[in-house]
Amino acid sequence: MSALGFKNSLGIHPQTTQLRAARAEILANNLANADTPHFKARDIDFNAVLESESRRSLGMNKTNEHHLEGNVHTETELMFRNPYQPAIDGNTVDTQMEQSFYTENALRYNASFEFLNSKFNGLKGAIKGQ
Amino acid sequence: MSLTNVFNIAGTGMNAQSVRLNTTASNIANAETVSSSIDETYRARKPWFSVLEKQWDNVKGLSDKLDIRSQVGDGVEVKGIVESDAPLKKRYQPYHPMADEEGYVMYPNVNVVEEMTDMMSSSRSYQMNVEMMKTAKQMLQRTLTLGQ
Repeated sequence: MSALGFKNSLGIHPQTTQLRAARAEILANNLANADTPHFKARDIDFNAVLESESRRSLGMNKTNEHHLEGNVHTETELMFRNPYQPAIDGNTVDTQMEQSFYTENALRYNASFEFLNSKFNGLKGAIKGQ
Repeated sequence: MSLTNVFNIAGTGMNAQSVRLNTTASNIANAETVSSSIDETYRARKPWFSVLEKQWDNVKGLSDKLDIRSQVGDGVEVKGIVESDAPLKKRYQPYHPMADEEGYVMYPNVNVVEEMTDMMSSSRSYQMNVEMMKTAKQMLQRTLTLGQ
């Protein structure tokens, strides 16, 4: 298969950016509820979710042309965070930790975006023959 | 798009914190508002925060790819304002114009120290929500430059 074409050349980065954006929402919700009694901070296991997402897009081996396209679907669950300092009102948001996760997530989003951008620029160059 | 939702979440957070700041201001302003009867005395007011659950019909049309998104909340909401049931302060001031027959004046159950710490906490939380929104804005702005 050629290295050109959107599906092959972009690699894992479209899924990564999408997942990073979804995680930003989860972490934002944690931070917004930093003062809500009984709120439990939540997060996803990023690597596990990304793995299941990319596995789904790869599909399965076909030994016969009549075989149907494989579709892996694993339920991705939100998990609860283990707090370092649980509050007396039942809130488990560690503001500093959540903030650092949020910032890290944003940085990694930008990193993935940068990769994606350079892939597009590469494709553009290929089209123009430069 | 998830990132635009961060704006909504940060918005609800800022709204909740400003309501909290408002109640703090009201409490401190009325910390010395006296009365001669228990029923008329001002009582400290506190906001009641709760998680804003996701509206299900909004989620349905979205991609089934990220079903985790349907499990996460949609920010914070102020369910209401409740009055503190801490005991009122009763002081013997017979020459006070608001004194009752026995010479007592009722003072609100506002703890000014507690209100001050509450004020600092809510202003920090407000700032945090602003920063969150700023970061999401930068992420979105970067995304708009894709392929340029």
